[in-house]
Amino acid sequence: MKAADSAKPVGIEVSLAIAEAVKLAEAEVVAAYPITPQTHIVEHLSDLVANGELNAEYVPVESEQSAMSACMGSSAAGARTFTATSSQGLIYMAEMVFIAPMMRLPIVMAVANRAISAPLNIWNDHSDVMSIRDCGWIQIFAENGQEATDMSIISFRIAEDKNVMMPVILNLDGFTLSHFIEPILFPEQDKVRQYLPPYVTDHKLDVKKPMSMGLLGGPEYFTEAKKAANDALLASKPYVTKAFDEFAKIFGRQYKLVESYRTEDAETIIVSMGSISETAMVAVDEMRAAGEKVGLVRLRLWRPFPVEELRAAIGGAKYLAVVDRHFTPGFPEGPVATEIRALMYHEENRPRISNFLLGLGGRDVPRNHFQYIVERAKEIGSTGRQGHFEMVGVNE
Amino acid sequence: MSKKINVTVEGAVKVKDIPLGFTAQPGTTKNFKTGDWRSARPVLDREKCVYCGFCYIYCPDGVYQDMGAEEKYYKADLDYCKGCGVCAQECPKKCIQMVVEEV
Amino acid sequence: MIEIRFHGRGGQGAVTSAELMAQTAIGSGKYAQAFPSFGPERRGAPVTAFLRISDEPIRIREKVYNPDVVVVLDPSVMSVTKVDAGLKDGGLMIINSAHPVESIRQQHGFTQKIATIDALTIALEVLRVPITNTVMMGALSKACGVATPDQVREPLMNRFGPALAPKNQEAFERAYNSIKAEG
Repeated sequence: MKAADSAKPVGIEVSLAIAEAVKLAEAEVVAAYPITPQTHIVEHLSDLVANGELNAEYVPVESEQSAMSACMGSSAAGARTFTATSSQGLIYMAEMVFIAPMMRLPIVMAVANRAISAPLNIWNDHSDVMSIRDCGWIQIFAENGQEATDMSIISFRIAEDKNVMMPVILNLDGFTLSHFIEPILFPEQDKVRQYLPPYVTDHKLDVKKPMSMGLLGGPEYFTEAKKAANDALLASKPYVTKAFDEFAKIFGRQYKLVESYRTEDAETIIVSMGSISETAMVAVDEMRAAGEKVGLVRLRLWRPFPVEELRAAIGGAKYLAVVDRHFTPGFPEGPVATEIRALMYHEENRPRISNFLLGLGGRDVPRNHFQYIVERAKEIGSTGRQGHFEMVGVNE
Repeated sequence: MSKKINVTVEGAVKVKDIPLGFTAQPGTTKNFKTGDWRSARPVLDREKCVYCGFCYIYCPDGVYQDMGAEEKYYKADLDYCKGCGVCAQECPKKCIQMVVEEV
Repeated sequence: MIEIRFHGRGGQGAVTSAELMAQTAIGSGKYAQAFPSFGPERRGAPVTAFLRISDEPIRIREKVYNPDVVVVLDPSVMSVTKVDAGLKDGGLMIINSAHPVESIRQQHGFTQKIATIDALTIALEVLRVPITNTVMMGALSKACGVATPDQVREPLMNRFGPALAPKNQEAFERAYNSIKAEG
C-alpha cells in the first residue's frame, strides 16, 4: 500500500520550499548569514519565524564563522538546528564545519552550491562543497525541488538518529535548482511529526548533568578520536537507507543512496551528482532512442561514500563518463572521478573511466554535453586509455 | 613479519573508549594531582598573616582553602600546588615563603 | 511540452511573469518550471526568463534554446537582444507594441508568426504603472491556450495581495480579450 500524500503540488521556488520543509521539521534554532544563491532559504525562514509560523530562535549572526559557532552551541544545548550557506560563506565557515562532526552535533546545513572566487562568480558548480570534502559530515546531493524539500526533513531524521548523531550537509545546485519554480508536494505536518519526532538527547550541555565538550586531544587521543568519528560516519550508511525507506513508507517517495537510470545492458554509463542529472536523463532517453546503450548513475549520498552500491550500479559497463563540477588544480582530474577510479582499480573487469568537467561557474549544461561526453568516453575508452580528463567546451 | 614490529603507543586511549563527541565528565582535574611538579612549596607564617585572602584569590590553580573565621588563614593543598609562587609574590604582608623541596 | 522565453528589462516583471505562469499551470494540474537567467539583478538591464509547461513531469534543466514562444515585454530590448534566436519553425512571438506587425517585422527582420498587444497602454490605464507583466501573461495565455483568467486568479492573489490583485486580474483580462494575432 502506498501511503502517498494527498496534497496538491504547489508551484514554489525551491529555496522557499526548503525553508517550508525546515518549518515542517520544526527546527528550533536557525543561525545563518545571507549569501547568494542561498539567501532566499534563510530569508524565508526569518519571515516564518518573525510571522510566528515557526516557533524557533532565528539568530542573525555577523558571519558564517559565527553561524556555525552558534549552530554548534544550540545543537550542543539539545536544539534542532538548521543553517544554510554557499561558496565563500562555506569556506569562511570551514574552521567550524570540521568541528561539528567530531562533537557529534546533528546540525543540518543546506549548501546552495556555488563557485569559489576568483574570478568573482556567484553561479553554480561544486567547488564550495568539494573544498570541504573531508569535513566529516554526511553529505547528500539533491536532484530536484521535490527531493531537496524531502531531504530537508530526512536530513534531520538521519542526523538525529541515536545510531548516527552526525551533522548533514544537503547540497543543492545554486540557481539551477535553488531558484527554479517547480511543483512541490509538501508533506503534511502530522505525518512529518510521526516521521521526525522531537529531538530528545542526552548528548547535550545540561546544568544538572554537566559535561565538557570540545576538548584537547593529544597524540595519545587524536588518532583514536578521528577513527571513532570516521567509524561512526561509515556506520551511518544503513541508517541513511533506513531514513529513506521509512520516508517512503509514510510519504510514498522512495530514495536510494545511488540511483540508476536505464543502466540495464548499458555499455556506457554517465556518473553524476546534483540537478544536472535530470538533464542527463533526458539526454540518455534521446541516445537510447537512437540505439545507444547508455545509462546514468547518480550519487545521492556522497559521504559516507556508497562503495558497494556504486559498484553494483556500474555493473559490467565498459565505459564510464564521470562528471565533475569542480577540479583539483595540479592534479590530472576532478575529485569524483579520482574516487571512482580508486574504487574500481582493484576490480577484475574495471571500466575505462573518462572524466569530464561540466558547468563550471554557472556555464549552462545542455543535453548535448552529455551526448558529447558519452561519445568521448567511448572513443577514448576503446583505445584502452585510462585517465582522460577534459574541461568540456573550454575555449582555448 | 610486520606483526612483530610494535607500532602501538604507550598510554594511547582505545577507540572504543572514546566517548560520543569526545566529551569528558567535569571535575576530572581532581584526579590529576600536580603536586609533584613543585620544586618549592609555600610556607605560611601565621603570626604575620592578616587573613586578607590575596593568596586564595591569586592562586592560578585554586589550591588555597579558606580555613574559616576561627582559624583565620588559608591553607594550600599540596596535592595540587605546582609551586609557582604567585601567592608569595602577591601576599601584602610577605608572610609566605617559598621553601625548596627536599628531593 | 511548450517552451517559452521572456525578454524584458529588470523591474518590468519578466521573471515574475514566468513564475506566475508556472504557478498557474501547476495549480491547474500541469507540470511547469520557471527560472530567470541568473545574475546580478539591475533595474533597466535586459533580462531573460524561461518557462516550460508540460502534461508530463519535466526533467530538462538547460536554458530554453529553442522556444516555441518568445514573449517581449519591452520592445526596446529588440534593438539590443536577438529575441527570436533559436525560435522554432512555426514558433510565435508575442510582442508588447502599438506598432503594426508589418513594421516590426521589417524593422527587425523577424520571420516567424507575430502577435502584438499594446501592453504599455493597458498597464498605464489599469495599473497606473508601466509594468507589463500581467498584461503580457494575458496575451500569452490567450495566444497559446496555456491559462484562463479563472486559473490565474489565485496565483495573482497570492503574489499581489487583495489590494493589487484585482487590478492585475483586470490587466490580464484586457490583454486576454484583445490580443491581435496574425492570421
